Amino acid sequence: MVPFAGYEMPVQYPLGVLKEHLHTRAAAGLFDISHMGQIALYPRSGRVANAAVALEQLIPSDMVSLEPGRQRYSLLTNEKGGILDDIMVANLGDYLLLVVNAACKEADEAHLRAKLGNECDVERLDRALIALQGPKAEAALALLAPECAGMRFMDMRTLILMGAECTVARSGYTGEDGFEISAPADVGREVAEELLANPCVAPVGLGARDSLRLEAGLCLYGSDIDVTTTPVEAGLSWAIQKVRRSGGVREGGFPGAEIIFGQLERGSPRHRVGLRPEGRAPVRAGAPLFAAEDANAQMGAVTSGGFGPSLNAPIAMGYLPTALAMPGTSVVAELRGKRLSATVTPLPFIVQKYKRG
Amino acid sequence: MLKYTEEHEWLKLDGDVATIGITKHATEQLGDIVFVQLPDVGAKLAKGDSAAVVESVKAASDVFAPLAGEVVDINQAIVEDPALVNTDPQGAGWFFKLRLDDPKAMDGLMDETAYKKLTG
Repeated sequence: MVPFAGYEMPVQYPLGVLKEHLHTRAAAGLFDISHMGQIALYPRSGRVANAAVALEQLIPSDMVSLEPGRQRYSLLTNEKGGILDDIMVANLGDYLLLVVNAACKEADEAHLRAKLGNECDVERLDRALIALQGPKAEAALALLAPECAGMRFMDMRTLILMGAECTVARSGYTGEDGFEISAPADVGREVAEELLANPCVAPVGLGARDSLRLEAGLCLYGSDIDVTTTPVEAGLSWAIQKVRRSGGVREGGFPGAEIIFGQLERGSPRHRVGLRPEGRAPVRAGAPLFAAEDANAQMGAVTSGGFGPSLNAPIAMGYLPTALAMPGTSVVAELRGKRLSATVTPLPFIVQKYKRG
Repeated sequence: MLKYTEEHEWLKLDGDVATIGITKHATEQLGDIVFVQLPDVGAKLAKGDSAAVVESVKAASDVFAPLAGEVVDINQAIVEDPALVNTDPQGAGWFFKLRLDDPKAMDGLMDETAYKKLTG
């Protein structure tokens, strides 16, 4: 067990990180992610469209066109264009449901209340959150609620699990198909135990959660993105839909819009990249990056790194100046005083298997 | 003679050469080992020098020289297949052999009973 954002979290269960990782890619993994924040925005007007318009003041994504039953990835930005948190937002018909990072949830709640308190009631929900991820996730959840099979990537629906109403999204943080299940706190345990009774489903800890998301090229808030990185630098411009961009019908209006638009137009000085270090030694967060073996000037740093069990090789992400950020570029990482060659690689490292269409 | 250290290494003495590895307890704490870096043969190590590095999926850890001496052999098999350290830590998963400057210094290390007490 390790402390994580105020919670005692298991790094691994009896299978161990490596097998938990591979089991998730081959069958299904179950993750207790109840530490994450779940925040509801209830529109005072009763019309969810008002909550969507209000939330657009804080995020660069198109919320107005987010249909009921759909979920979208977005970012809370600050005045400098930095990222306060990365979040999932769902339209549940009469309110918006946000899933936010554990370490940010108090700050996010206060921020939302301060900025949107006139238009919305902001309420943090004390509910369990369980992720079920992997190619067997659908079959496993369908034993409890067959209608989950009809959902596609980023759908969110209310399903009855173990007799209780649960809010289920077809999304996750592993690159696999799967679900995130928000359940009343006392029902969460029953749902988890029922799913774990299925031999296809194994419990997975924080260790494999990290290696799975790293292989999938997904950012970890506080490591790969934070208030010092912009969405453009982080390669998350896709979360800024056209209608919110310069020239769009609802352009700007979120914190840091001018800086972010400037970078969208003229490019950003640095970019988040994937890295494949040579050999087998994992290159971890904090390792400095250089342009060449004999170069003295540090050009960037690794922000996440480790061993990718599905690739059976070390993988990393980090930031590099534009000139070094093209896939195929050879750079050098410093590890325990030694220099080690690494190649800039497109993200994700694995093929994402979301159930689209 | 089989001895243990507080850093969860084991040493088996044969003449003045100690074979050194990490204990089963250490491998359980580390989890799946994916990378091992060993010292060069001929390297002279002082007690407490970083002799090797093990990386698990979780983290990197140093293996320190438990006593002073010269590295006379290394186990290339664990470099090629790091999982050997998990499956047979006190056998085929040995790390390196050290010709001890002072074999008597072994007496200052823990025996199996003391080590079990430490980890129990």
